[in-house]
Amino acid sequence: MQAFTQHTGIVAPLDRPNVDTDAIIPKQYLKSIHRTGFGPHAFDDWRYLEPGEPGMDHSKRKKNPDFVLNQPPFDRATILLARENFGCGSSREHAVWALDQFGFRAVIAPSFADIFFNNSFKNGLLPIVLPSETVDRLFQAVTARPGLELTIDLESKTIRGLGDEVLTFDVDDFRRYCLLHGLDDIGLTLRHADEIRAYEARRKVEAPWLF
Amino acid sequence: MAARTLYDKLWEMHVVRQEDDGTALLYIDRQLVHEVTSPQAFEGLRLAGRQPWRREAMLAVPDHNVPTLGRRDAGVEGIADPVSREQVATLDANCAEFKIVEFKMNDVRQGIVHVVGPEQGFTLPGMTIVCGDSHTSTHGAFGALAFGIGTSEVEHVMATQTLIQKKAKNMLVRVNGHVGPGVSAKDIILAIIGKIGTAGGTGYTIEFAGEAIEALSMEGRMTLCNMAIEAGARAGLVAVDEKTIEYVRGRPFAPKGEMFERAAAAWRELRSDPGAPFDRVVELNAADIVPQVTWGTSPEMVVPVTAVVPNPDQESDPVKANGMRKALAYMGLSANQPIESIAIDKVFIGSCTNSRIEDIRAAAAVIKGRKKAASVKLAMVVPGSGLVKKQAEEEGLDKIFMEAGFEWREPGCSMCLAMNADRLEPGERCASTSNRNFEGRQGQGGRTHLVSPAMAAAAAIAGHFVDVRHF
Ligand code: SF4
Repeated sequence: MQAFTQHTGIVAPLDRPNVDTDAIIPKQYLKSIHRTGFGPHAFDDWRYLEPGEPGMDHSKRKKNPDFVLNQPPFDRATILLARENFGCGSSREHAVWALDQFGFRAVIAPSFADIFFNNSFKNGLLPIVLPSETVDRLFQAVTARPGLELTIDLESKTIRGLGDEVLTFDVDDFRRYCLLHGLDDIGLTLRHADEIRAYEARRKVEAPWLF
Repeated sequence: MAARTLYDKLWEMHVVRQEDDGTALLYIDRQLVHEVTSPQAFEGLRLAGRQPWRREAMLAVPDHNVPTLGRRDAGVEGIADPVSREQVATLDANCAEFKIVEFKMNDVRQGIVHVVGPEQGFTLPGMTIVCGDSHTSTHGAFGALAFGIGTSEVEHVMATQTLIQKKAKNMLVRVNGHVGPGVSAKDIILAIIGKIGTAGGTGYTIEFAGEAIEALSMEGRMTLCNMAIEAGARAGLVAVDEKTIEYVRGRPFAPKGEMFERAAAAWRELRSDPGAPFDRVVELNAADIVPQVTWGTSPEMVVPVTAVVPNPDQESDPVKANGMRKALAYMGLSANQPIESIAIDKVFIGSCTNSRIEDIRAAAAVIKGRKKAASVKLAMVVPGSGLVKKQAEEEGLDKIFMEAGFEWREPGCSMCLAMNADRLEPGERCASTSNRNFEGRQGQGGRTHLVSPAMAAAAAIAGHFVDVRHF
């Protein structure tokens, strides 16, 4: 997993609540058995004017000029600003892969759907929860000044770029540790293999029908 | 000991290791696997040179990509789309390589993963159950802690039989009293989502309780828990009672004989203690719930069939009003239009929400002796598994549907998410028993209205939504 320490980038505003994972990556691209190649299909239905299928030459497809990520400077954005319940719906991690491969390193929203939130951490995409009022202010700032850049620092859990103001956010220690060091948590968990085996031995006595 | 909720009990039973930051290493008893979210996980195992921790804790079945037309004997070769075929073939190859039990396409036990698990007794009360699919919440109907995970977590469970999790909060949704005739589990859960919103359960595990829930069959409880995720909760739960135990008894993967009785005794403890504290309690009156129809592009955009399409001008929250306007434009509807005036093009009866035998019986009961409206281009029934299909055929239900002009298909996810050939064309409007009405969910530009099986059946006959209670 790629590590996340500090990142500075352009913020793109996606001003609608309940953006679901079907919208982030439509189902036809889920047929892939690989982990890469999803970037060109992030928000496919909103981004292109005609329907897309796997295997098409996506550079030739007509882009929807009204969609924010097609408009400069947002086409170079690396931080996504979103509304409540971002990433709701399906558990597809492909949604996170698509955002990551589009170039996003962080998503800021008042709330995230739980599975999307977990999936993000596994891929070095930082989901940041901020209060609704703060998110509102960020929307206003980005609209007033398109191309606004923010600097996110995971070590100090701060965001800078709104004048002198320093925003702070919260992340679980363990998740932050893994992100800062780009650690694969299967390896970390397997350090506790003996405890897992001891648990199993105990459960085999208590509830043998489970085995 | 302090009074604990069912969720507290299930959680504590599975903690292998508690960390200081509030996360825990949680033991996972069962993992269900399907073709869409597993290939990258198997690839990860392979790249790291790892083997599954407990291969017999897994059961695999292809469902999302399988065609619903044509015969199944050809197996994977019967899939026309080469990309879908490769994905299903990859599941077969991975299961063979890692020695995981798989019900392949030509196996009568094949079906939607959340129909197959309970049907086989692979899902048991008191377990932790995961799957790379958000509707894993379905299995919570058995008093099991079941939730959807992403592909990295699928790999984590394969490799370690555990997950790193943070405990959710406790929510109780109590549905008091009894629903009237024609009102089903689907209407109950849609009414709940309409009340608390699609983010209302975020960060919670929801326990459903009250007389109306106790009165539901196991199929109904599965429908209810299936859509807990649509209320934002990763997991839904219903306490174990004798119905749960009788449903499980005798199923192929369930314990047998004396071991079953021992297990059942433990399962009877799987309920919240009296006075257990919940972080949030929501109450509904069952008698107030009427058949529901969604009008927008999120399951919370739902109203009674007797109502009209809501007006965004009357919504005080500007972000919400904006979302409503976008939804109305996408759905091709106008504010204040009566729901019963909305004409439909297609009908889909299926999905892990409503494709079990009881759902098919409910739809057949409405259709019996009637004909699908000529204006409805396609009405299809997609049973949840090969065994559901067989059972329905033994009861003669397939004939009722076919005589009414419905298509009777092979099992799979089908038009719930339209990964296979079953889909809506742009602008087509569908009465669907599935769980998501997102933009493009059933095909790009398609317009989905979520309803119960009986309501979908009635709409197919009338050509537009009707109140099945007076049909
Ligand atoms: S039926 Fe629909 S919701 Fe259920 S598992 Fe299949 S695609 Fe997902």
